[in-house]
Order: sequence, then structure tokens, then C-alpha cells
Amino acid sequence: MADARARIIDLVLIDHDPLADQEWLERLADLCLRYTPTVALDHPHGLILDTTGCDHLLGGEAALLADIERRFARLGMTVALAYAATAEGARALARYSGGPAEDEAAAIRRLPVAALELGDKPSLALRRAGLKTVGDIARRPLSAIAARFGEAAVTALRRILGEADSAMAPRVVVPPLSVERCFAEPMARTETMLEILAELAGEAFALLEERKHGGRRFEALFFRTDGLVRRLAVETGSPSRDVPLLMRLIRERIEALADPLDPGFGFDLIRLNVPLSEPLAGSQLRLEGGRVAEAEVMALVERLSTRLGRGRIRRFAPHDTHIPEQAEFSLPALDLPPATPWPSTEPGEPPLRPLHLFDPPQRIEVIGAEVPDGPPARFRWRRSLHDVARYEGPERIADEWWRRRPVAYETPTPGGEAGEMTTRHSLGEDGDRTRDYYRVEDRHGRRFWIFRHGFYNARRPMPDWFLHGLFG
Amino acid sequence: MSDSTFALAQLRQSLERLEPRRSPVGAEVFSLGHAALDAALGGGLARGRLHEIFAERDEAGSCAGFAALLGLRAGAGAGAGAGAGSGAGSRGQLLWLRTEAAQQQGGRLQATGLGELGLDPARVLLGLMPDEPALLLAAAEATRCAGLGVLLVECWGSMRGFDLTASRRLMLAAESSGVTVLVLRILAQLQFRPSAADTRWRVAAAPSTALDADAPGAPMFDLELLRRRAGHPAGPWRVEWNRDDKSFREPAEIAPLSRPLLPVVPRRTAQALRRAG
Repeated sequence: MADARARIIDLVLIDHDPLADQEWLERLADLCLRYTPTVALDHPHGLILDTTGCDHLLGGEAALLADIERRFARLGMTVALAYAATAEGARALARYSGGPAEDEAAAIRRLPVAALELGDKPSLALRRAGLKTVGDIARRPLSAIAARFGEAAVTALRRILGEADSAMAPRVVVPPLSVERCFAEPMARTETMLEILAELAGEAFALLEERKHGGRRFEALFFRTDGLVRRLAVETGSPSRDVPLLMRLIRERIEALADPLDPGFGFDLIRLNVPLSEPLAGSQLRLEGGRVAEAEVMALVERLSTRLGRGRIRRFAPHDTHIPEQAEFSLPALDLPPATPWPSTEPGEPPLRPLHLFDPPQRIEVIGAEVPDGPPARFRWRRSLHDVARYEGPERIADEWWRRRPVAYETPTPGGEAGEMTTRHSLGEDGDRTRDYYRVEDRHGRRFWIFRHGFYNARRPMPDWFLHGLFG
Repeated sequence: MSDSTFALAQLRQSLERLEPRRSPVGAEVFSLGHAALDAALGGGLARGRLHEIFAERDEAGSCAGFAALLGLRAGAGAGAGAGAGSGAGSRGQLLWLRTEAAQQQGGRLQATGLGELGLDPARVLLGLMPDEPALLLAAAEATRCAGLGVLLVECWGSMRGFDLTASRRLMLAAESSGVTVLVLRILAQLQFRPSAADTRWRVAAAPSTALDADAPGAPMFDLELLRRRAGHPAGPWRVEWNRDDKSFREPAEIAPLSRPLLPVVPRRTAQALRRAG
């Protein structure tokens, strides 16, 4: 580098930034989505497009390549392009011959053995054996190559020659339904874009109606002339074919964007994908009063989830376990409500489970607890002292031994005292650490759910106490 | 001259449009089930209005419980076909909005706990917001949704964003949509917080009526009506929640306020023994 600096005085040095490269490559991959939905990254600096059935849209392979070259040149990129029957073949041609060839099979055979990309050692070995080009190897019996250079060499050879197919991992899953509109002139006004999007939505919904489906997830892609692609995704709680509803959600999404939908020099392609659709009856049924309110609430959930995030509005779901902090979970309200019933309450009983639960439980300092199974007389939580006036308990909740993993067993530490416990506060995993719950009420009437973690014994004369919940 | 009178008339008109038309009779009310309380309120609390509930930090649990129960009385969160209160109709969903910080402070809201109070967890939605502006935004949006029964907004601390204007906006939206809005003000300084709320309550836990073997009984609250738009402050009352009737009631008896700190004999209830076994 010192040498380089000596030769060119005003040499600009920039650190290699693999992350930025990766980001740029992904942007370019997005750009290529306009040609075909199956675009795969070829790390670290290549893109592979499967244009099967797409190239005729631009007038053939040559025209497609010309269009790609033109667009990339506008971005200041110099690209090496090639096409072949397989991804490996195309990559080899692009890397080692520098362009598309008339007779691709012959061109591949002329490539040096390095094009097989087997690594330095096998390549060197092949060259030492006098095999300089791919064609040289292809002429040998494959069994000999396999015996000498391994299975990988044969696979690579077959792939590059187009005899074996290799799976491609496209960056985005091909959506089942996609409609798009291409403009001769770039568009810059957001309002116009949204109008066009509404038209596209109409087209998409007509297609969905034929399939008797309604969309659950929608994705709008805006292709900017300079290669940037903006992606807006919205989701509905129930399958829908309602254009105004979709447009309202998209508007919400645009409003919630941290950076506005900057058109730059304009967009020249808009695409609407429907990645997820579900069956929906041919026409909406007339809904009764009760259902209208439900539908309104669902619309509210959709709006808020679109604006604030999918997991923000949640509904509860029971889970069949008696470990209190796992007995229920919440899931996004957009998902279908679970069918499992909630545990019923017994008439005449006070509430036995708290309204609020601390996860993890909060440690409390306990003064004067009865041994072996009494509640504390008083305890300190959040720096204030609570005198226990009434209590009920203990309600013993042991861990679920049928789900316990073998590692959770008590293991004597080598050389140490037998049965030295590993302090494990992830409750419900440790066999010895049964919880004794008490419903206690302090002098002022505040009701708490506290528990003692484990029993009194010789090893642990003072078990830990925790506050787990607050009653209403 | 005529110009100015015309302008004045126009101004009056536009002001009239801005001014909420509050009928003197008030909106439809829902009763609380507690005779003295309902009498003091003139039948009950107004539906489609904003009600504020204040509580100290230590009373956060009781405050949330009381608010949930008010929501249940207003007809939200009740199971299908079990509409509590008058004219509950079909508006049965309760949306509980809180911030992630509130969840840190006050614990995770438990559906089983709501069920233990008498609500149907399937009719309750939880909105967990990243911060206070998002909370207020969601509250404003939800108040406009006429399909919702009750909106419960849990605010901790002073909540700078929730000022007179914000509360008035909520109130107006609630009046037109009919959503009953309950705002929990935990740890809020009362005297510096003007708002457009219809009523303002202070809630604290009260010692419950003991069950057998001195076990804590049904939820008991000390209530105080601090402010009311169409009346005087009143209270305090002590009310007990009766889950079986889904209503508040007068406590059955005056509970002793204290007991010896250390009972001589360890006591266990039959229920506890049953469950422990």
C-alpha cells in the first residue's frame, strides 16, 4: 500500500465494508425482481436470475441482458453477464470468459478448470494432470475423475455442463398472485401511485374472486428508477377482497413510515403481491348487529396492527399446564382466536389467580415465616413493608416431572459437598424446587400471590420467597 | 357594522359546532349494583363517556381490578349471552391499552385473573404499546371505533401527553361513538391534572371479608368520587365485588382490621388441603 501511495499521491483509501456490500447486493437483487421473481444471491458479489419463461417479455435473452446492462450502468455498475442452462454454467461463463457466448456449451468447455471452483488444491492437481480446460475433463471417463478428485469434482462438472440440475434458493418466495404495472415515464406523485395501486388491487381481487379466495397479506413493491425498491406489507385479520379497506391500510402504513415514501426520480414499476390468501365465499353475507360490532373491532385491530406493528394488539390464549407463568400466552389479535376453553370458576370462591403476574417473580424479603408451611408474618417488597393480615394456603405447585429434561436433575458437583444445588431460578425446571403458593392480604387489603421456592431442609434453612402476582 | 355582526354570528355558529352538545339528562347509564353508590350517581355511570380512576402506586392492582370490573358492568368482556348491566347489547369487547413500561412495573396482565373476576378472556384484547405517544394515538383511534364496548387506558405517572386537550378529544370521540373510556391514572398527581372526564375516582384496596380459616375473601375496594361533571364529590364507600352476580355490593359485615401477627396454631383451610393434596 505504501508503494501504491508512493506512485499515486492522491490515492483515496476506503476500508472494505462487507456489510454495505451485502446491502447493496440485496438492493440490486430487489431491482432484478422486475425481470423475474426468482432471484438468488450468489455471495459475495453475484446475482443469479432464473429467467425461464420471463425473457420473452423483454424480447429474448439478448435484449434482457442489454436491459440489465443499461440499468446497472445507470447505477454506475460494471457487470459481467452471461446466460447458460444452469446457474453454475452461467456463473462460470460470467466469471471466467467475461460475457455471453454464441455457443454456450462449447464456450464452457473452453473455460479453465478453475471455473469448476473446486478450490486451489484440486485445481492445481487437475492442471498438473494435464487437464487445463473443462472440456479436457469432460472427455475423460467420469469414474476416473471421481476416483482421483472426489465426488465433488464430478458434481461440479455435471452441473457446469448442464447435465445435472442444482436447486436455486431464491431470495423471496414467489407469491402465488402478483399483478404489476409498468410505466413508460417514471411517476413521482404519491397520490397517483396510490390510485394505480388501487387499480392493481381491483385486478388482483378479480383474480382472487375466481379462485374464491380473499387476501390475508398484501405486499406493494415500488421500483424506483435508480434501483431502490420500497416494500410495504399490510395484513388483514380476515380474508378480504375490499379495495377501499386495503387502500386504507396501505395509507396507514405509509403514514407510519419512519422515512416517507421518497419517489426520488420517480417509480417506473409498481407491483402488488398477495403472498397469503384464504378461502372467502363468493359474496359477503349480510351481517347482523352483533357481527357488525365484531367486524368494526376487527377493522380497528387491523388498523392499529398495521400502524404500530403486528404484535402490538394481542388476544389471550390458554395453555394446558399448571405452571402459572406458562398457563397462558398471548398472540397477535390478527391471528385466529384459539378454540380452547378457559378454566371455569367455582361459584362462591374468591379469585384464586392474580390479575397481574410478574415474570420473572420478584424476590421479597420475608420476616417471621412459620415453619414448615406458613406464610410470612410480614414481607418487604419494593422497599415497603407489608403486614400479612389474612392468608390462604399453601397451594403446592410442583414442576412438571413428565416434561423435565434429564439435565435438570440434581448433579453433585465433583469434589464438593454432595447435592450442592445449581442455583436455578428458571422456575419449574428444578425437581427439588417445588413452589408453595399463598394468597395473602395485608393490613390495607392489598392482595398478593407469594410463594416459597423449595422446602426447609438442612441444605437450605432459609428458602427464597417470591412475589408472583397481584390480585385485583 | 353589519359586517361585524355577520362575522360575530358566524363565529358563534362555528363555536356552537365545536362545543360538545351535552344533553342535561346525560347519556345512557350503567348501574354498579351497589345501592348507595348508584343513588349518589343518579342511576349509575354514563356510558360513552370518559371516566378517570386514580390510585397510588401500591394500589395499582386494585385500580386495574376495579377498572376491569367497571368495564364488565358497562357490558364489555361479559361472556356470550351474559350481558351484565342494563342494555349491554352486543357491544362486548374490551380493549386494554398499556405501555411496555407499565407491564414492567405492574406485571403481565393475566387472562385467568380476568376470568377469576368474572370477565370472559376471549372478549378482552390487549394493546401493548411501545411508549406513551403510541398509547395516546391508539387510544384516540380506538375511541372512534363504535364496535368497541369499553376502552381501558392504563397510564402510569404524570403522562405529559395526556392533558386537557387530549382528554377532551377522547371525550368527544367517546360521546359520538358510544365507547366508554376508562383511564387509569396510577401515580398521577391529582391537583395538577385538569381533564374533561365525566367522573374522577380514587380507588384503594380494602380488607376483605374473611372466609373460613381467615382466608382472604372477595375483592373489596374503598372508593371515593373526587369529581363529577354534574354533581358534587361524594363518598367514601366500601364496596365488595360479587362475581356470581357480576355486581358490586355492600360488604356483608365489617371486617376486623387486624389480627395477631403470628397465629398460635398453623391454620389451613379445607380448600387449601384439598388443592395441596
